[in-house]
Amino acid sequence: MSSVPRPLPGTETLLAPSPSAILRTRIFGHGGIVIGGSVVLGVLLLALAAPLIAPYDPYVQDISQRMIPPIWAPKGSWLHLLGTDKLGRDYLSRLVYGARISLFIGAFASALSGLIGCALGVTAGYFGGRIDAAITYLVTIRLSLPVVLVALAVVALSGSSLEIVVIVLGLLLWDRYAVVSRAATRQLRHAEYIVAAQAVGASTLRVLLSEMLPNILNPLIVVATLEMAHAILLEAALSFLGLGVQPPLPSWGLMIAEGKEYMFFSPWVITIPGIALFTLVLGINLLGDGVRDLTAPENRN
Amino acid sequence: MIAFLLRRLGLALAVAFTVSIFAFALVRLSGDLATTIAGPEATSAQIEQIRIEYGLDRPLWQQFDDWLWHAARFDFGRSFFFREQVANLIAGRLPVTLTLGGLALAFALALALPLGIVAAIRPNSWIDRLALVLSVAGQAMPTFWFGLVLMLVFGVRLRWLPVSGTGTWRHFVLPAVALGYYATPAIMRLTRTGMLDVLGSDYIRTARAKGLRWHTVLLKHALRNAMVPVVALVAVQLGFMLGGSIVIEAVFAMHGLGYLAWESIQRNDFPVVQAIVLILAVFYIGLIFLADLLNAWLDPRLRTP
Repeated sequence: MSSVPRPLPGTETLLAPSPSAILRTRIFGHGGIVIGGSVVLGVLLLALAAPLIAPYDPYVQDISQRMIPPIWAPKGSWLHLLGTDKLGRDYLSRLVYGARISLFIGAFASALSGLIGCALGVTAGYFGGRIDAAITYLVTIRLSLPVVLVALAVVALSGSSLEIVVIVLGLLLWDRYAVVSRAATRQLRHAEYIVAAQAVGASTLRVLLSEMLPNILNPLIVVATLEMAHAILLEAALSFLGLGVQPPLPSWGLMIAEGKEYMFFSPWVITIPGIALFTLVLGINLLGDGVRDLTAPENRN
Repeated sequence: MIAFLLRRLGLALAVAFTVSIFAFALVRLSGDLATTIAGPEATSAQIEQIRIEYGLDRPLWQQFDDWLWHAARFDFGRSFFFREQVANLIAGRLPVTLTLGGLALAFALALALPLGIVAAIRPNSWIDRLALVLSVAGQAMPTFWFGLVLMLVFGVRLRWLPVSGTGTWRHFVLPAVALGYYATPAIMRLTRTGMLDVLGSDYIRTARAKGLRWHTVLLKHALRNAMVPVVALVAVQLGFMLGGSIVIEAVFAMHGLGYLAWESIQRNDFPVVQAIVLILAVFYIGLIFLADLLNAWLDPRLRTP
């Protein structure tokens, strides 16, 4: 804080940086948060402004313009900055629209699993005893199921669409939320403000929602970023295996699957969507790590 | 110790039983089996005939009971597609997946343990930073895409290794690296944190003060205690790898259990899918059980929970 001017005697409290100012310095001084945050924000803007940014309709095929390489390759063309795919669709436009799918899946799958996991975890941690044992058992069951295989099977049986993929992933990825919220709730179960709320006669639901939940939110935000990244990677894997999002939607995983047969001669068809996927997930993870560093200093090492 | 062992065994069996209900329900609740088997052009009479033929007209609990008793004796019925015993099919494919999982784990450990230990001995050194970069990158890398990139670089450009199939040990190198790399960050981070904790403890200072050699302290005193949480994590990761090998097997066209599952899902070959879900889950449960035992052996305090 050497940049803060020395205050006049008696006015220290007026000029001392406010808690939010300290938080701001710490946020912008944290490399991970800045990089991760910019990446996520950038992809979010791309997704929102997709119709403005994308030079072409991502679904329009032009067989005469097939497999044009990106601009940096010898035969690249300014008309298609990232080239075109096997059906002559503009790769940049598909990539930009694909960001919508990844973010949609990440946000909604992680929200759904967060709802399930927190409800289970907070209940287990607050009541303890048999309820805790039963819910812990449920988490063990969930962990022993192979996620990719179960997701593939359910998607195959119930028809593959964006919504089905979101629901299936949401129903599968709640385990970490449950474990973390259970542990956090157990720590706070006998905290004074919880006991006080109980003493003034607040209902259990009210204690949990307005006293417990706000106080265990920080670790849950970290889990939310992890699960968002996890859901995005899983959607890509499912789509790659042909049992996730269906063509002609421009899912990044699907773009890699469609490019696979051409990758030996035109490696860019798989490297471009792959790098997009990697960058987004990296950004989300960096942001999550950063939030953890800021909110739980004891975890820093 | 015996009581501990029995309690853990009982829990493992209970979990396995519940998972078997799930594996059964997964297929039954997702749609009408008889209609799916008969195909889109079947008449309702044909569907009824299939329903009776496959025993699908019986009450669900009876079907489950029947399936479970047979499954407990490794009899999973016949595959709809291959017209062969599912158990034989699985036995034929299992070696590929187990080899792949074992090699991937070996790769992950060979990379994660030394890096984690060195990063803990010299925090904030360049090795520590390298480990951090590797682990952050590893968690963001889509496994299947990493596999394709490895294939492009080492198979197509450099021509060092074959790109698909399972003929020789060389076929397993790229898939094992792709699969194992994903498990590396978690193991490395936990090794590093565990070692850092242990190295700051009193008994390490005592051991050093006694005049023991540094590597004796490191290996006999520190590593053993730092490994307790890592053992459980490694078991979990191996379970995930066996389950996740489906993606890598599909990328590298390796005909293992995952590939069989993938094909069977696309062909509506439910007996096979059910059996593989159950087998992978039981593998995982078994691994966790073994990890519990190993931990109890490493740390006697864990024997009386």
